[in-house]
Amino acid sequence: MLKTFPKGGVHPAENKMAATAEIQSLPLPKQVVIPLAQHIGAPAQAVVKRGDVVKTGTLIAKAGGFVSANIHSSVSGKVKKIDNVLDSSGYKKPSVIIDVDGDEWEENIDRDPAVIKDLSKTPEEIKQKIMDGGIVGLGGATFPTHVKLSVPEGKTIDHIVINAVECEPYLTADHRVMLEKAHEIMIGTSLIMKATAVNKAIIGIENNKPDAIELLSKIAKEYQGIEIVALKVQYPQGGEKQLIKAVLDREVPSGGLPLDVGCVVQNVGTAIAVYEAVQKNKPLIERVVTVTGKSVKKPINLMVRIGTSANELIEAAGGLPEDTGKVVNGGPMMGKAVSDTDVPVTKGTSGILIFNQKESKRTKVYNCIRCARCTFVCPQGLEAFNLKNIAESNDWEKLENEHVMDCIECGSCSYTCPAGVPLLDYIRLGKSTVSQIIRSRKN
Amino acid sequence: MDDLTIVLLTLATLSGLGIILALILYFVAQKFNVVEDPRIDEVEELLPGANCGGCGYPGCRGFAEACVTTDNLDAFYCPVGGNDLMKTVANALGAEVSEKDPQVAVVKCQGSPEHRKEIREYDGPQSCAIAHSLFGGTTNCANGCLGLGECVEVCTFDAIHMNPETNLPEVVEDACTACGACIDACPRDIIELRNVGKKSRRIYVSCINTDKGAPAKKACDVACIGCGKCVKICPFDAITLENNLAYIDYEKCKLCRKCVTECPTNAIVELNFPPRKPKAEKPAEKKAPKTEDNAKKVIAADKTEESKPNTNQE
Repeated sequence: MLKTFPKGGVHPAENKMAATAEIQSLPLPKQVVIPLAQHIGAPAQAVVKRGDVVKTGTLIAKAGGFVSANIHSSVSGKVKKIDNVLDSSGYKKPSVIIDVDGDEWEENIDRDPAVIKDLSKTPEEIKQKIMDGGIVGLGGATFPTHVKLSVPEGKTIDHIVINAVECEPYLTADHRVMLEKAHEIMIGTSLIMKATAVNKAIIGIENNKPDAIELLSKIAKEYQGIEIVALKVQYPQGGEKQLIKAVLDREVPSGGLPLDVGCVVQNVGTAIAVYEAVQKNKPLIERVVTVTGKSVKKPINLMVRIGTSANELIEAAGGLPEDTGKVVNGGPMMGKAVSDTDVPVTKGTSGILIFNQKESKRTKVYNCIRCARCTFVCPQGLEAFNLKNIAESNDWEKLENEHVMDCIECGSCSYTCPAGVPLLDYIRLGKSTVSQIIRSRKN
Repeated sequence: MDDLTIVLLTLATLSGLGIILALILYFVAQKFNVVEDPRIDEVEELLPGANCGGCGYPGCRGFAEACVTTDNLDAFYCPVGGNDLMKTVANALGAEVSEKDPQVAVVKCQGSPEHRKEIREYDGPQSCAIAHSLFGGTTNCANGCLGLGECVEVCTFDAIHMNPETNLPEVVEDACTACGACIDACPRDIIELRNVGKKSRRIYVSCINTDKGAPAKKACDVACIGCGKCVKICPFDAITLENNLAYIDYEKCKLCRKCVTECPTNAIVELNFPPRKPKAEKPAEKKAPKTEDNAKKVIAADKTEESKPNTNQE
């Protein structure tokens, strides 16, 4: 029997139309818009100014604190200006706008595609390179990787878990990466293991990607301590806590981190970014983005420079279909509709989904019929309807006591609700208010 | 045992128990007696009992307790009762209180669909806070009113209504007590408490867009574009410009209305002024009758109460 997490979960239609489309490089855009806040934590501080000439890989913004990440130019050209530009958050955020001119890379970046297997760097060197390269979690949460790899004193970890689940429907970026860059994933994983002094790693892959499981299992034998685990298809298995439960049968305590059960979870895309940063000196300047949707002419996976307008990606997939209702940044379950198709691709953009009008509309909201389906599907064991009601009545203290902070915002409750109640919207609102209260209490 | 003995025994036991418990209760009541200042009840009687929290205390009782324990009443103000009530409270407590200018809520956005084009659809929950957390809004202005009416829902005094034509909230001045509930509810800080002013006349910048001039104007015809003309023309230094947005200090403003005519985008609103005489150098304020004719610019907040229906009750 295949492993999975035991509590809750849903299985939406997979719709992985782009699974067979090989990763193509998108031609260089004419202009890139690189937001300074594209990771969790403090926004980066720009170190370039208007008129500066930058190369591909030049540092343009320095991390604005410990939990923050460097940002590098994804193209070569001239800084046009630093201005507020609409990004996928729906608001205008400070961004560096660069006019592209040629494609000249920083000299120290190794652009040779040959795989470097050498693992002689010390853990400190590896972590420094990851930090310098501005690597963040590419699964969507964009948490700075160097922070995740800095294990605090008093905690010991024994397993690295590589998240190759890609449980979100539609998305295929990680799937393609596994098929096309398997060795890089293994070396990246080995580097992460070395940086954290762990000798065991598990790569969890859902069973709807048999080709990736087969390929990785075959080459995993060449690398020490890496095990591939096939998992039953179940959303949200890509959540850290669910994945750990599925592969190691350990439960992250309420309010705790994977560190508390001796694990560090990294996305498979992050493993490649780590490989490139450490072995090739290449900072995080491009990523694979799936562009797909039921009405999209040519669903594809694209290697895109950070800062490219989503418009160009949509063009490459055959243009915006006429019956478009919503364009979503990310997966269909956790992604967010964009306000404009001219938003830049950031480090966290795993997909651009185009929903037709019929799919995109929310259903009419009826009264809760107390069927408790939201409770059954919650992978965190929360009572979604209850949290929603408490959040709606602004009882923040009670909401905190009901463990709202354990919600992983996977959206299973809203997805499954037969009455169409927007449960997650209220829970998310409550969660952000409660987290503000908790933060102000600490200060 | 015969029946009589049973009855007598029962009576005796129960009466004995009653007496013992009464004694215990008496001594407990003596021991844990809470001495409460009787003036708290007196003051609470005087208060409106709306429990709106506009004074900053948890309900009228909380306010009464605070009033009784303090030495100086100057920092206390019940926005519902106003100065008259505070005088009565001060008299009851034998204290002095300084008079405060009464305030009223103003809505600082004029972004009706006529001025601010809707370019997106929103089909999520009808809550301003949720919409605010998701995106900048259905128009290109990421600062202005979202039009979902959370301020209307929280108002205890029925003093704010959505105008279905402009899709903006309008304050009913006579009903508004300046309790501040709508201000807390608004995720975008569009509503501000301002002094009522002489004859209820007020001038304020009815915009909170901090974008630069060009994008602000593009998003909304009546946006403050931060041009600074009003700052220059103001003879009383009442206007400041910060983040591309002008702000009129109501303490300093002498209601000369120069800025209103100077503003190129009509972002500055005058309320309850008589109509201007054509080409008059100085506005004749004295004898002009109060009319509603000058309501051209008065969109956000006027006294008309015609817009009762609330678009967001469904």
